[in-house]
Amino acid sequence: MTAALELAVSRRIGEFDLDVAFKVESGISVLFGPSGAGKSLTLSLIAGLTRPDTGTIAINGNVVTDCARRTYVSTQKRRIGMVFQDGLLLPHRSVLDNVALAVRQAKGRRARRAIAQSWLEQVGAEAFAHRRPGSLSGGQRQRAALARGLAGDPALVLLDEPLSALDLEVRQELRKLIRGVITSSNVPAVLVTHDRDEAIELGDVIIGYRAGRVTGSELVERPAPTEPGPTSPGDTGPA
Amino acid sequence: MDREHNITHKLGNKHKVALVVVVVLVGFGLGFGSAHLVSGYIAYWDVVSGPFFLSVRVASAATAIAGLTGIASGYALAKGRFPGRDLLETIGSLPVILPPTVVGFYLLEVLSPGTSTGGFLTRATGHVLVYNATGCTIAATVAAYPFCLRAARAAIEGVDPALERAARTMGLPDWRVALQVTLPLARRGIGAGLAIACARALGEYGATLMVGGDINGKTRTMSLAILDAFTTPERDTMLLVLVLIAVSAMASVGLLTRSRA
Repeated sequence: MTAALELAVSRRIGEFDLDVAFKVESGISVLFGPSGAGKSLTLSLIAGLTRPDTGTIAINGNVVTDCARRTYVSTQKRRIGMVFQDGLLLPHRSVLDNVALAVRQAKGRRARRAIAQSWLEQVGAEAFAHRRPGSLSGGQRQRAALARGLAGDPALVLLDEPLSALDLEVRQELRKLIRGVITSSNVPAVLVTHDRDEAIELGDVIIGYRAGRVTGSELVERPAPTEPGPTSPGDTGPA
Repeated sequence: MDREHNITHKLGNKHKVALVVVVVLVGFGLGFGSAHLVSGYIAYWDVVSGPFFLSVRVASAATAIAGLTGIASGYALAKGRFPGRDLLETIGSLPVILPPTVVGFYLLEVLSPGTSTGGFLTRATGHVLVYNATGCTIAATVAAYPFCLRAARAAIEGVDPALERAARTMGLPDWRVALQVTLPLARRGIGAGLAIACARALGEYGATLMVGGDINGKTRTMSLAILDAFTTPERDTMLLVLVLIAVSAMASVGLLTRSRA
């Protein structure tokens, strides 16, 4: 079986030296470790927002970075979805437009908006679909950002500390949502956190990070789900 | 919610008031001139209309051309690292640093059919580029361009690059990131630059005089006509109209600024 993500990269920034290698299969893989360990830098390398000094990155078996061969597939062509710590929704567009912009698999504005709308319903954000991000709470913004990250039919979703800026109550609510939506959409995901509870609650695999190195990985044991999750709106939308 | 609605309502009214002030005062100025026309004292509108419409045409074309080129080069300077970057920046600043007549002199040297470059350009375009409305437009464009360039560059540099990175992760190609993310987010700064550039193009005098001449009915813009009017018996009428326009412009700016604060 082809790994959803396979990487072995190094990158030096000043005194900091990142040198990591791991594979990600299906489900949610959590990069867990203290701040400054290189977790977010790793996501940036996977997304193609930063180039490594050496190494290779392959998504679904497709090599997107190979420093030796000078192969660097652009961020746009990597078919990733990304959820940032502070949402990074475009402030001049409505929530619905933000999500619709990320829809790659449909042609035409109406079709893209229909898929975006179904994703917003999936994450419980349909009530504020027509509002601008500036008028939303942190939790609402992250719901919209999650919909945007998944709406483009990505091969891999990257979540960079998506809950760290939220208060405890909202964080716990969104943990369940993230786990449920990503599991039901069946998209492999890599999530970064420095919160142990979050790592255990969200992850299928936890990859430990410290000072730019992988310290080990462990599987999180979970009881089998008792009922099927909701279907992916990408499957049912009028694409 | 009601309070928000009231504030929005008040802002709308202030904008309307500003517009009304401008329209009334400009109308009053033109009306004053028309009264003189009726009384036979001076064919005011005949004197003013030609330069007025020429100025509007020249300023509109100059703002459009300077706007497009200024935004494009401002984007390139803000985002790109390319050979000739410093040269572009310096050339873009020259019309601000140099006296307008000197800019006009350089333009005349480049555009006159008698010079090598001007001869080439005249043959290539099939059109003489000086002492006509085209010359006036070129002069006004050169004068307005640096304001568009600088405003666009500053506004584009002010856009949070994290938002542009986020757009790339959504699969948007770079040209769509520029058109759908960067430029809309920089629109206020760019808009301010366009407004200043338009005002500069409308008021351009020195370079226009050099490149366009001051040919009545052909290249006499409002700025040139104003100076001409001050040497005629209509000086007092012109002074009053200009004072009224200046007061209405200041009142509008004051009202608009206060309503935004």
